[in-house]
Amino acid sequence: MLLGIGLLTLLIGIFALNGEHGPTRFWAGLLQNSTFFLMVALASTFFICVTTLAHGGWQMAFRRVPEAISMTVPVLSVIVLVVLGFLIFGNKGHIYHWLHPEGDRILEFKSPFLNAGFVSTMTVITLALWSVLTIKLRRMSLAEDTMLLDQEGRKALIWKGTVWCGLFAVVYALSMGSTTPWIWLMSIDAHWFSTMYSWYTFASTWVSGLSLIALFVVYLKSKGYLEMVNEEHLHDLGKFMFAFSVFWTYLWFSQYMLIWYANMPEETVYFQPRVWGEFRPVFFLNLVINFVAPLLILMKRSSKRNYTLVAFMGGLIIFGHWLDFFQMVMPATVKHLHFPWFELGIGLGFVGLIIYLTAQQLAKAPLTPKNHPYLKESIVHHT
Amino acid sequence: MAVKKFVVGSFDDEAVLFPAVKKVRQAGYKIHDVYTPFPVHGLDHAMGLRETSLHTAGFIYAITGTTTALSFMSWVFTTDWPMNIGGKPHFPLPAFIPITFELTVLFSAVGMVMTFMYLCQMAPFVKKHIFHPRQTDDLFVMAIEVSEKTNAEEVKGFLSSVGAKEINEQTAEAGWWLGRFDREDKVFA
Repeated sequence: MLLGIGLLTLLIGIFALNGEHGPTRFWAGLLQNSTFFLMVALASTFFICVTTLAHGGWQMAFRRVPEAISMTVPVLSVIVLVVLGFLIFGNKGHIYHWLHPEGDRILEFKSPFLNAGFVSTMTVITLALWSVLTIKLRRMSLAEDTMLLDQEGRKALIWKGTVWCGLFAVVYALSMGSTTPWIWLMSIDAHWFSTMYSWYTFASTWVSGLSLIALFVVYLKSKGYLEMVNEEHLHDLGKFMFAFSVFWTYLWFSQYMLIWYANMPEETVYFQPRVWGEFRPVFFLNLVINFVAPLLILMKRSSKRNYTLVAFMGGLIIFGHWLDFFQMVMPATVKHLHFPWFELGIGLGFVGLIIYLTAQQLAKAPLTPKNHPYLKESIVHHT
Repeated sequence: MAVKKFVVGSFDDEAVLFPAVKKVRQAGYKIHDVYTPFPVHGLDHAMGLRETSLHTAGFIYAITGTTTALSFMSWVFTTDWPMNIGGKPHFPLPAFIPITFELTVLFSAVGMVMTFMYLCQMAPFVKKHIFHPRQTDDLFVMAIEVSEKTNAEEVKGFLSSVGAKEINEQTAEAGWWLGRFDREDKVFA
């Protein structure tokens, strides 16, 4: 049904948004939503990757959930590729003004990096690597189900997983941790730059991705699946959500304070419309939802062990970081604050798409990786 | 604190200790404490200890730190000695945040360590009675408090029936004290 809402909004958007600012808003909304949900889905791959690299065992009881979510990465990659293709080669909505650097000294200086050829090549390489590695990790996990392993075989299995996850960690760090958010999102404000930006984007999508995993776990648990998951696992997911909300705030503040302190016009230009312009309410609402709420609500041990509260906070955090992407994209493109019916509709469509694809993937394989050597660790897990 | 009489049993296996703790509690004896060489998961539940409120104390220390930092800095820079630093306003909140954060962490960390030391009755130079020299090495030692109503012989028999290896009776100071282990005189007890 959410998928339907998304498609309907897309159709209405195509017809309604063709006034003076219409096309800009249409494409900005698509850019915001497609990149946000792709990165959120990719956080699931990263979750599998970090827990494997850390030799974690506690997540085995629900590991098939992030795996299923991560399988939406190839589909969302295609959507992002289509949207960026229109933006870069069609110059739809005039989102990226670095496409025409003529006469602008700053953009001419940056043009060896910010040009259609380089950006699109980087985008294609990044999306291909993300999709291929995600599919590889999933295949390896599914292959375990039919194996009967001795001691040596198990060691080899763990080693193989470590190597592939290490490879993904390197790719993820070089893309998500540096160039990808720059070329997709930061280049909207092409005159402005911030080295914190990628980390900030990463923290935003990583905490939303963790919330998405927690939401799926709570939902499946309420339907009677995942019988090995209990409050202990939920507690650890809640800790992750709490900790990375604070981490996001730390990066947000590190970016904000240095710019505020130095007070240089070429840097403060980014915060001018956000703090003092029309986007002031969104800017502060963003902080309240993403920092104050998780800090105060998820701090207590009992609230991290409460299924209802964790699910509520999961939804709130995902919405909060969606709003964060909204205020990252909109002030430089649409320039005016408006009720985001179009963006919300497209967002719901993406949520529907993720739910649909994830449910399909969950149905394809058993929910417990029964042959994994670390499974017992997860069953007896105790926080 | 007071000098009390204890029956002390030592176990050499975690798997024996758990049912023993459960049976001793069921029999109604009062466990003074159980000393283990390493943290044993779930032992606090088996002993029936209540959930610690150390984290609540930590939260209170933390907001004390936040309030101290924010109110002191705002008082200094707005009322007591306003200064123009780089043309910033007299109440520059973003510049206060790092110090506020540090003071929050400092207050909660120091406060929680002190509270923990007090709750566990540990401090530099302060002594507590050691029931068995190997209680931090490889033995699990359970001390049962003996009052006038309890029969020490009965407790000993019960402990050996639940699997204790070494059982003896000790009379010792239950709390912490300042002084030396090799002398009877205590500066403070």
